[in-house]
Amino acid sequence: MKRKILGSAVAAAVAMAPALSPAATNVSDAIVKLGVLTDMSGTYSDLSGPGAVEATKMAVEDFIAKEKPDFKIEVISADHQNKADISANKAREWIDTAKVDAIVDLVTTSTALAVMKVANEKNRVSLVNGAGSTPITNEQCNDTTVHWAYDTYALPVGTARAVVKQGGKSWYFITADYAFGHSLEKNTSDVVTKSGGKVLGSVRHPFPGSDFSSFLLSAQASGAQVIGLANAGADTINSIKQAKEFGITPKQSLAGLLMFISDVHSLGLDATQGMYLTTGFYWDRNDETRAWSKRYFERMKRMPTMVQAGDYSAVYHYLKAIKAAGTDEAKAVMAKMREMPVNDFFAKNGKVRVDGRMVHDMYLAQVKKPSESKYPWDYYHIREVIPGDEAYIPLSESKCPLVKK
Amino acid sequence: MDIFGIPIQALMGQLLIGLINGSFYAILSLGLAIIFGLLNIINFAHGALYMMGAFGAWIGLTWLGLNYWVALVAVPVVVGAVGMLIERTMLKHLYKLDHLYGLLLTFGLALIIEGLFRYRFGISGESYPVPELLSGGFNLGFMFLPKYRAWVVAVSLVVCFGSWFVIERTKLGSYLRAGTENAQLLQAFGINVPLMITLTYGFGVALAAFAGVLAAPVFQVNPVMGSNLIIVVFAVVVIGGMGSIMGSIVTGLGLGLVEGLTRVFYPEASAVVIFVIMGIVLLLRPAGLFGRER
Repeated sequence: MKRKILGSAVAAAVAMAPALSPAATNVSDAIVKLGVLTDMSGTYSDLSGPGAVEATKMAVEDFIAKEKPDFKIEVISADHQNKADISANKAREWIDTAKVDAIVDLVTTSTALAVMKVANEKNRVSLVNGAGSTPITNEQCNDTTVHWAYDTYALPVGTARAVVKQGGKSWYFITADYAFGHSLEKNTSDVVTKSGGKVLGSVRHPFPGSDFSSFLLSAQASGAQVIGLANAGADTINSIKQAKEFGITPKQSLAGLLMFISDVHSLGLDATQGMYLTTGFYWDRNDETRAWSKRYFERMKRMPTMVQAGDYSAVYHYLKAIKAAGTDEAKAVMAKMREMPVNDFFAKNGKVRVDGRMVHDMYLAQVKKPSESKYPWDYYHIREVIPGDEAYIPLSESKCPLVKK
Repeated sequence: MDIFGIPIQALMGQLLIGLINGSFYAILSLGLAIIFGLLNIINFAHGALYMMGAFGAWIGLTWLGLNYWVALVAVPVVVGAVGMLIERTMLKHLYKLDHLYGLLLTFGLALIIEGLFRYRFGISGESYPVPELLSGGFNLGFMFLPKYRAWVVAVSLVVCFGSWFVIERTKLGSYLRAGTENAQLLQAFGINVPLMITLTYGFGVALAAFAGVLAAPVFQVNPVMGSNLIIVVFAVVVIGGMGSIMGSIVTGLGLGLVEGLTRVFYPEASAVVIFVIMGIVLLLRPAGLFGRER
């Protein structure tokens, strides 16, 4: 306050003050570098991909405008093609030669697990958003990884519980025949039985598939009220499309266990109406989410998925932690990230746990009927808010070695 | 009544679905067989051209307001013309070289075409509605058969056997077959062989695009829909005998049925069963079931 009245001569000194003050952020090589490593052209490029890069850039721009940091921030990106070996090599190269401080997005579990291990060895932060499997914060957790938007525990748990509560007691699964599908089926079956429902059976389809009519016919013959789709991406999309064609819906209902708004957008409401799904973010939930999402829309011409919104939120929180910690050293930043609550358009009172899981509320959504949708991307009714503590694996059941019991 | 513990009704349903998928295999492998027979080109771009057919239908509907029936005729013509352009500008330089060059060129083309569509449309693709006239279905007692699927089987059979008839039983077809045997001699009789080759490639490509339009209401229209299918279709062609017209049709339908049966008894194996059969056939009859040893 004193400085202000000293007049214009001092103004220049004031401008320089942050750089000279002892509290200046001790950032290695004077720059914080974020590397967005994602699927830029493959199966997951719509739900993360170029949108993830754009969201990261938005977070950086907003952070600079609002927090006026005394360090520079740079964003670079690369296509990991969903391959673990390419990802690990890229991460190594980025950290060793490009001096990257944090790696962002990491869609597909295998790439996330590979990169978070490399980053941890070299004491760098991984901000995982695209990948969903639970081992990231469970068996394979480490102290420099944060998992932000969702995981394959939170999604089916919310959906299955709600559907059983609504009367969908008997289930049949159409499951992608690989580790991800199996674990999705198992997690969901557990919840269904625990909530008082019954699992009548399941059929496993080769991955990737294109014609699901045979499997749908088996599901139809089972007489189950609910057909759980334990698959993802194009497989889920084709299952839904063909279920409608064979007159399975709306007699039996479908539950998508891993669905993004990009899937609903590409299928259209006619085929998806009435479906339940769980999401970590919906653009049209309140004024704050709308305001951010509209800015994102301006740049991408699409509404953000929970992964892309989560990338923004995670990156912003990470940069805030650097500013608060006064350094970009990974462990110190991680400590600050755990200490500070996450409060932004994405999460309210979100908390980064010791295992790296960012716990925040999840939303049970039901897809609108075409007649209920009033404007573009008006797709969901939010039926229920699932409190973060119920949505994610409780620490008491955690298999993460960092969790002290 | 049960057969090996499976209710006969479920079995009938699965066989019918197998036949539907077999129709797609038949129509695609027919195009490949025709192209291989006359041009000696292993057309790896077939899947990408099939995808172009599906996107052509979607673009026609969404951007130009052309309905399904118009697309069914117009899209194969347009994509076929693209095919002829490819043949005239690129493929024709490769006829004297080993098969491998044609394969590599068309494979590269497939990647480029797919990449362009992915760039423009994204990976999730677009949804194409079932045409009004064919929505709904028949209740067959043992299953609900969507009208559209019945249409797919019917029209595929007509197109496949129509093509077979033209090639095996007409004068035009006899030129084609003569060209396959000895192009130089045929040219000596005053037939414009290069033109015939271009038209044949165009026709093979048009068949792929036709299958693409047929597939648009059934599968999500996305840039990789062709590459998922093309490997299976190649296996079909190999089993049927490279270049054999009837072989490709019969094998396409037959393998659809086999796949359908596998899905009843052991669904996990349904993606590999065709390749297992391919292995066995190649061991016992290297020229394929309907092929002739050369």
